[in-house]
Amino acid sequence: MHREMKARDLRVSWLQKMGPLAGLLLIIILLSTISHDFLSMSNIFNVLRQISINALLAFGMTLVILTGGIDLSVGSILALSGVLTAGMMGMGIEPWLASLIGIIAGAVMGSINGLLITKGRVAPFIATLATMSLFRGLTLVYSEGRPIISDDYSFVIMGQGYFLEIPIPVIWILICFFVLGFILKNTPFGRHIYALGGNEEAALLAGIRTVGVKVAVYTLSGIFAALAGIILTARLSSAQPTMGTGYELSAIAAVVLGGTSLTGGKGWITGTLIGAMIIGVLDNGLNLLNVSSFYQQVVKGAVILIAVLLDRSQKT
Amino acid sequence: MNHIERGITITAPLLSMVGIHKSFARVHVLKHVDFTLQAGEIHALLGENGAGKSTLIKVLSGIYSADQGRIHIDGKEQVFKSPRAALVAGVGVIHQEFNLVPHLSICENIFLGREHLFGRGWIRWRKMRREALLWLEKIGLLVDPSCKVGELSIGQQQMVEIAKALSFDAQILVLDEPTAALTQSEKKALFATLCRLREKQVGMIYISHRLEEIEELCDRITVLRNGESIGTRMTKETSMDELVGLMVGRKIQEQFPRELTIKQPAERLRVEGLTQQGKVSQVSFSIQAGEILGMAGLIGAGRTEMANLLFGVQKQDAGEIWLDGKQIRIRHPRDAIQAGLAYVTEDRKGEGLVLSRSVKENFTLPSLASFTKGGFIRKQQENEMAEKLMRQLGIRSTGIEQKVGFLSGGNQQKVAIGKWLLHQPKVWILDEPTRGVDIGAKREIYQLINQLTEQGMAILLISSDLPEVLGMSDRILVMREGKRVALFNREDADEEKVMQAASGGGSLLA
Repeated sequence: MHREMKARDLRVSWLQKMGPLAGLLLIIILLSTISHDFLSMSNIFNVLRQISINALLAFGMTLVILTGGIDLSVGSILALSGVLTAGMMGMGIEPWLASLIGIIAGAVMGSINGLLITKGRVAPFIATLATMSLFRGLTLVYSEGRPIISDDYSFVIMGQGYFLEIPIPVIWILICFFVLGFILKNTPFGRHIYALGGNEEAALLAGIRTVGVKVAVYTLSGIFAALAGIILTARLSSAQPTMGTGYELSAIAAVVLGGTSLTGGKGWITGTLIGAMIIGVLDNGLNLLNVSSFYQQVVKGAVILIAVLLDRSQKT
Repeated sequence: MNHIERGITITAPLLSMVGIHKSFARVHVLKHVDFTLQAGEIHALLGENGAGKSTLIKVLSGIYSADQGRIHIDGKEQVFKSPRAALVAGVGVIHQEFNLVPHLSICENIFLGREHLFGRGWIRWRKMRREALLWLEKIGLLVDPSCKVGELSIGQQQMVEIAKALSFDAQILVLDEPTAALTQSEKKALFATLCRLREKQVGMIYISHRLEEIEELCDRITVLRNGESIGTRMTKETSMDELVGLMVGRKIQEQFPRELTIKQPAERLRVEGLTQQGKVSQVSFSIQAGEILGMAGLIGAGRTEMANLLFGVQKQDAGEIWLDGKQIRIRHPRDAIQAGLAYVTEDRKGEGLVLSRSVKENFTLPSLASFTKGGFIRKQQENEMAEKLMRQLGIRSTGIEQKVGFLSGGNQQKVAIGKWLLHQPKVWILDEPTRGVDIGAKREIYQLINQLTEQGMAILLISSDLPEVLGMSDRILVMREGKRVALFNREDADEEKVMQAASGGGSLLA
């Protein structure tokens, strides 16, 4: 009885961890046999740069989803932080300081989400649905609906530059990936996130400040969204008030593709990176194959469904 | 007339259950139970928690099917495959939790799922309302049937449940602890309704712990103990003492390995006037170092609420807590833990454990800070502690990385207790520590509790298992309706006294 359980337990967790990676490899092999450009170094970095925005959003989203919540406002936080940063630079503020202000703005927006959810007892879906509209509206108000140009060289290299041949946005996601992975595995805060998502009542009774952990998690999600907004602004040399619209859904898709459970308590950041890569590789590969963007959406939807259905069948 | 109280039964019984046997995984929950119910009778079903009352009712209402035995209603044999089948055959059960949809009207609730009775394809509202009104009048609830159920009081909602059951032409009505949530005046109204139904020849099975209610209302009493029917008595001819004796029986003490471990009297914990509005009022007690204070009481007596209050899960409205002579303030479980309290909750899956995480992570969750240096968890030290603890507690699992959800009930409970050991607490609150645990693991848990007291820890043992409370406690505090109603020394306590205090049934003696 116990031995059976062990075997099952191990098999399930192994499949859950390896499933997304196997899927990614499968897609890569498939695409590289069809298109010869696909596996070139420049294309690989191209893909990584393309997924950097989504990966950053998805990292923050992973933390939120691990606690059993959801954050729909990340696309709007991205936009508001982006236009604020660009706006500050337009006023002559140094790029680094303007970026810092953008990040702080993201943190404030995230903590507003967290406070609404904990102190205000609003369901995460509703709270962030409201702030999604709120922050987007503020973005349009601040920018008067127009793009804000920011072509300061020291700023745009954040999105367009290279460091030792590696695109700088890729360096950003690697740093964030390792730091987050370490935090989740090796710090009490990481443990608390998993415990809270697994059983909030038990976490509370173990003395965990559940309110504090939740606020921190939404704040981090806001910071990641702001970082993504700044990098996107740098890449485009301007902040578009409509940028990031719908990005929250891609971020959620990456988290789910990576095997993190939407009910909380189960998941890992590596899965999310793989999930984001699956989406990025599909986009890129289908582009190389000249598949129309209409069909691309169909394929992406189908891949997400297949992944989730496979995941289900392993669990039952 | 076949009025029971005259002691003559002329007609065949309305319901007879013969030789009902039911077991779950080799545990015999019902052992050849016989039960009869006459038309126009209110028949009490009495027994301790776990005596088999609710299983018997679940068999009668088609939720479980019996392994052996037969059910006859009006002389006709019945086999119920579903609750609906039982309902159609005339058995209506009023559960403690109502099956009503609060957003729908009384009338919609009564006829939920049967709207087709009032027209094909569309509902003839006036006809439905008229009929609902008829049923409401029958039980004496004078409310507009188009009122939403959510706007009614608990007592009125219960009446709606009764009306709903009757509208299926129920001749047998089962009431499971119907007064648990009622006010005094609602209770009076309920009793009036039940008496009225008795006159209309409805047979009722009344489950309650409150002996005074049974005396007031019921014609006969059947006592269950350990899954056996011990006997049926006429209420008028039975004393409270006899009933309690029947319920409790004689039990073996040896399974409780309690030894006195109070070395020298030193007060560990003192609680004074702990109060939470409407749940716990003015509870005071103290526990010595090395002492087990048992806390007995019926379900809903406020024991778990007391524990939650003490541990800072709920907000205290009044009260003072002293630990080792120093007053402490507890506003959050974190305060309680830091002060040196540990709390093993009643509902281990819901509150005690994170089932989706490993044995190790559950173990170290409350004491993670002591494994942390410079903000990082020291993995090696954590693993070593978890391994050691697992061996010490004899937890059967595949290793410290196994998910707790895959462990058996007894092993889960050991994890739930063990996670506090790393913290070296001074006071333990154990709420139903052996519920749902097999005999072997139970004994291991008792021995563990003894070891804790030997180290001078104080224990508050909350349990609904009377033999357990009596067997393990040095003193026993009894709660009823959120108040402390009695305190016994170990030598003075017996099951009858504790039961009497817990049910407040002294009145039957008169």
